[in-house]
Amino acid sequence: MVEMKNVTMVYESSRTEALDNVSLSIKEGEFVFLVGPSGSGKTTLMKLITGEIRAKSGQIIVNDFDMRHIKRRKLPKVRRTLGVIFQDYRLIENMNVYDNVAFAMRVVGARRKEIRERVPYVLDLVGLEGREKRMPNELSGGEQQRVAIARALVNNPRMIVADEPTGNLDPVRSLELMLLFEKINDMGTTILVVTHEKELVNAFSKRVIAIDNGHVVSDGKGGYFDYEIE
Amino acid sequence: MRLNRSGYLIREGFRSIGTHGFMSFATVTIIMACLIIMGSVTLLSLNIDKVIKDLENQNEVVAFIDETYTEDSARALQGSIETIDNIATVEFVSRSQAFDAFMENYDSNLSEGLDANVLRDRYVIHLTDIARMSETKTALEGIEGVDKVKAHLDYAKTFITVRNVVSVVSLALIVILVFVSVFIMSNTIKLATFGRREEIAIMKMVGASNGFIRLPFVVEGLVLGILGGGLGFLAEWGVYELLTRKLVGSIAGIFTVVPFAQIALPMLIAYMGISVLIGAFGGVNAIRNYLEV
Repeated sequence: MVEMKNVTMVYESSRTEALDNVSLSIKEGEFVFLVGPSGSGKTTLMKLITGEIRAKSGQIIVNDFDMRHIKRRKLPKVRRTLGVIFQDYRLIENMNVYDNVAFAMRVVGARRKEIRERVPYVLDLVGLEGREKRMPNELSGGEQQRVAIARALVNNPRMIVADEPTGNLDPVRSLELMLLFEKINDMGTTILVVTHEKELVNAFSKRVIAIDNGHVVSDGKGGYFDYEIE
Repeated sequence: MRLNRSGYLIREGFRSIGTHGFMSFATVTIIMACLIIMGSVTLLSLNIDKVIKDLENQNEVVAFIDETYTEDSARALQGSIETIDNIATVEFVSRSQAFDAFMENYDSNLSEGLDANVLRDRYVIHLTDIARMSETKTALEGIEGVDKVKAHLDYAKTFITVRNVVSVVSLALIVILVFVSVFIMSNTIKLATFGRREEIAIMKMVGASNGFIRLPFVVEGLVLGILGGGLGFLAEWGVYELLTRKLVGSIAGIFTVVPFAQIALPMLIAYMGISVLIGAFGGVNAIRNYLEV
């Protein structure tokens, strides 16, 4: 769940105002696309949710944590309620598929028995059964992104935040990935997908929040067509 | 932190040494090299100090006893002399012993018509600290029965000056080398962890606490530090033994060197202490910047 009220974010180093008085709400169990052109403030919004940066003013609540006033040492607790997915997968190169996923459970102190049970289940869920021993460089882009999704899912997060997850994939793989997100959403996990792929967004009838120049310019069901990017 | 989790993190630290083999090798080598340089300067200064002390010890003070004293009454003064502070050794030399020693050095013709009574009973005294030679000389002169005290105050001053200069120069060199070594070692570890910033960023993103991320790096730093320190100590030992054996062969009888066994334990403790501290702090310091996310 994300609640943003009058959030303004200014990067002090460049004095750039990335977000200006943004308010939005994402409820538990929703599937939301966040769209907008490059430099519109999408990534800033994502970083505010994951706690990588702090807003200058306003209020941000993520899974019941006050992200503007949270202590730095408490940030891992918020992140354990989130599953973050990046365009470039960000897998650990010297770990195999199983360890890349198990690693996220070890971080939160899960017992070996839990890890042994949960990792194969999640790998099966994302369609990677039988690939446990493969190294990341032996996998295709789509498979690597599935490993990243499995890693994000393995701790049963309340929300998945995906930043341009299909950026490096062809249209077929992108569609498969979105179907996987839909499946995960059906299981109760909130999904926030940041993207600028119009066709992909329009293929699903989900809520679309469009952002441009640091402002929310449209918010509602119906697809990308509500907001045309020049 | 649960025990099985700590075990995992410690294993990760060891695993990481293997997976980052070249950087681990570079770190151990740099730690070793820095410690060898530091150790060599320390050993050199210890030996110079020993040579100076040996020379100091040869610089003796002689207290001549009143010639009206019999040998027995002269010997009786030993107790009073020994009560003086700063006296290391006292040796009584009778008139006849002094005469015999004199005769050994000079032509026997010179002794014609001379007997031991021309000389006086005396005490040959070595001091604990030659810097206090002047006050010790005054104290000896204050003893009833001591007629005259011969002490080379000018020699003592020269030795003290040389020793002080050597001490200051060695200390300055060691301090500089410690700073340079810490800087080099810390940078090597930093370089080793630079390649792993992505891994750290991923750990942060999946909710790892700073302690969880830090522990394997600390373990890794400690292990590399212990390896570097241990190998450095062994290398220093070998080089020192080799050099001193050659040196002792060439200047035998002039100077003696500090035996390695005498300094091995403090040196091992210093090596391990420095390398463990550098390894652990290097590990923590190297990833500090990457934890600020």
